[in-house]
Amino acid sequence: MELLSNLALGFSVATSLENLMFCLIGALLGTLIGVLPGIGATATIAMLLPITFQLEPVSSLIMLAGIYYGAQYGGSTTAILLNLPGESSSAVTALDGYQMARKGRAGVALAVAALGSFFAGSVSTLLVAIFAPPLTAIALKFGSAEYFSLMVLGLVMSIVLAHGSIVKAMAMVVLGLLLGCVGTDIYTGAPRFTMGITNYADGLNFVALAVGVFGIAEILRNLEDEGGEREVMTKNVTNLMPTRKDFRDMVGPVLRGTGLGSLLGILPGGGAILASFASYTVEKKLSKHPEEFGKGAIAGVAGPESANNAGAQTSFIPLLTLGIPANPVMALMIGAMIIQGIVPGPNVVSEQPDLFWGIIASMWIGNLMLVVLNLPLIGLWVRLLTVPYYILFPIIMAMCSIGVYSVNSNVYDLYAVAFFGFLGYVMYKLRFEPAPLLLGFVLGPLLEENLRRAMILSRGDPTTFVTRPISLTLLLMSLAVLIVVFLPAIRKSRDEVFVESEG
Amino acid sequence: MATRNIDTTNVVAGVLLLAIGAFFGLQTMGLEIGTSLRMGPGYFPMMLTILLLILGVAVLISAFKTKAGEPIGPIAWRGMLLILPAPVFFGLTVKGLGFVPALFFTALIAAGASIKMKPLTALILAVIVTIASTLIFSYGLGLPFRRFGPWLPQF
Repeated sequence: MELLSNLALGFSVATSLENLMFCLIGALLGTLIGVLPGIGATATIAMLLPITFQLEPVSSLIMLAGIYYGAQYGGSTTAILLNLPGESSSAVTALDGYQMARKGRAGVALAVAALGSFFAGSVSTLLVAIFAPPLTAIALKFGSAEYFSLMVLGLVMSIVLAHGSIVKAMAMVVLGLLLGCVGTDIYTGAPRFTMGITNYADGLNFVALAVGVFGIAEILRNLEDEGGEREVMTKNVTNLMPTRKDFRDMVGPVLRGTGLGSLLGILPGGGAILASFASYTVEKKLSKHPEEFGKGAIAGVAGPESANNAGAQTSFIPLLTLGIPANPVMALMIGAMIIQGIVPGPNVVSEQPDLFWGIIASMWIGNLMLVVLNLPLIGLWVRLLTVPYYILFPIIMAMCSIGVYSVNSNVYDLYAVAFFGFLGYVMYKLRFEPAPLLLGFVLGPLLEENLRRAMILSRGDPTTFVTRPISLTLLLMSLAVLIVVFLPAIRKSRDEVFVESEG
Repeated sequence: MATRNIDTTNVVAGVLLLAIGAFFGLQTMGLEIGTSLRMGPGYFPMMLTILLLILGVAVLISAFKTKAGEPIGPIAWRGMLLILPAPVFFGLTVKGLGFVPALFFTALIAAGASIKMKPLTALILAVIVTIASTLIFSYGLGLPFRRFGPWLPQF
């Protein structure tokens, strides 16, 4: 069995004492920052990215994966205890999790979230191990035209999965693509949009963009209204163990959530976010007691949390096989890989099998660590929640500044952070979504390069995108998705899903 | 009352998109567009700029067709005034003053953004953040920062 020997290789890499330690530190740090209210997984990873720069590539990516799971777990903790989801994917958890906490079952809700996530994580890790290599083989047949069309599909998906206005989400993608053009043109060496500042010749720093748009804009949002007091559900986190009935109630949702999440996670453009919404809707439809949803139904926590984690895991598939990020977090991972000198794409699996399989194995280990460590540590995380926000954000600002500066030691990156923080806040105020912007920014240079290369190869004939079958299929899928979201009926139900999540 | 049915948020959003589009459009003027066979550096940005302008117009039109959306809500003026300059200050001084003093003032400036922060708490917090970060990032992780820069008297 090739799969087994590959997994064995992965585990031998991931279980080296050093890598176990980095995975552990990553998971702990990720939870620590993720637990802080109002900071989602994306901002957490952007902030902690610099810590990993000095490490070996494998260790650094293992640690980042640990941070990712930790941040997600931390996000569910705040969603349940504070009704403050750090990220849209845990918004669904907040619906019933917070209600469970109000009924004195906060501990059970946290345990269900952790166990469901662990199960989903285990299954989907195996799925990644099984499906990534054959997909890599397909990816190797991809030419520039196919890559271009695939990225178009990814961007279209990110538009569809964004909240609110589709036109505005499109504008964000286009703006992201334009920001991605800043810097030196790869073919001619001509500087573009640098306004004469040579420090921007290498392009805008994506860590600066992510920290600004996600981290700093977030802080400004939280500072808007300082008067309100939050009700922290910390008193009742003593009883963690779900009852026998709880277990029976969660099996179905966890299984369905895992399946749904795994499937949706593979989609480029942010399927993991959709996964928790989809799972919630499905559970509500299937439930014999739909009226319990929104009032503390255990299925409303178990399903979405499993779906979310499964999707988070399988979204590594497009990253590892094609080098295309499925969501902002994966975009950050790509940035980290590039900084480490790894070109993400189908060649990683053949050229650096230890890296590839090491990451896959560490996903599972990271999940295990979260269950083993975080359930006993919940008391500590809960105490963190009581730290007032005005103490936290100066620390976050200091870490953001250090983090961004440490990427390239370029002080202009720090000015960019301030600018993108401002832009991110203005965009939030005007109800624009930041995720499509970041995805557009990361894919922009790749998209342009493949477009130009494809056009040169086809001698300037644009029909190359529709005469090659894979490319045509991908473009037709993008078109179909766009047509579908503009259909009035679908549009209405899409609105309902998002409204429900905010209710 | 002709203005009653206008979504002001989308008016601002549309105008902003048009302004950004105009900015990139002007900048693209100086770039060679090229042909579809050999695209110049300006080809791809030009397509994107046109698309952005169209989307800006679409958002603007939608503002007049829908009923007024939610109000923009409170704006974090104090936050913007003190949070945004913090990384800029760090950038301006990290090479001159060095990592330690630059970080101290960055944390102090940021701390001022909350109305709840008392001056003494801010000072203590900034000191703790500076010491902890210096230990973690400079000594622990060995990031190549100069701790005290040339602007300070050297001992």
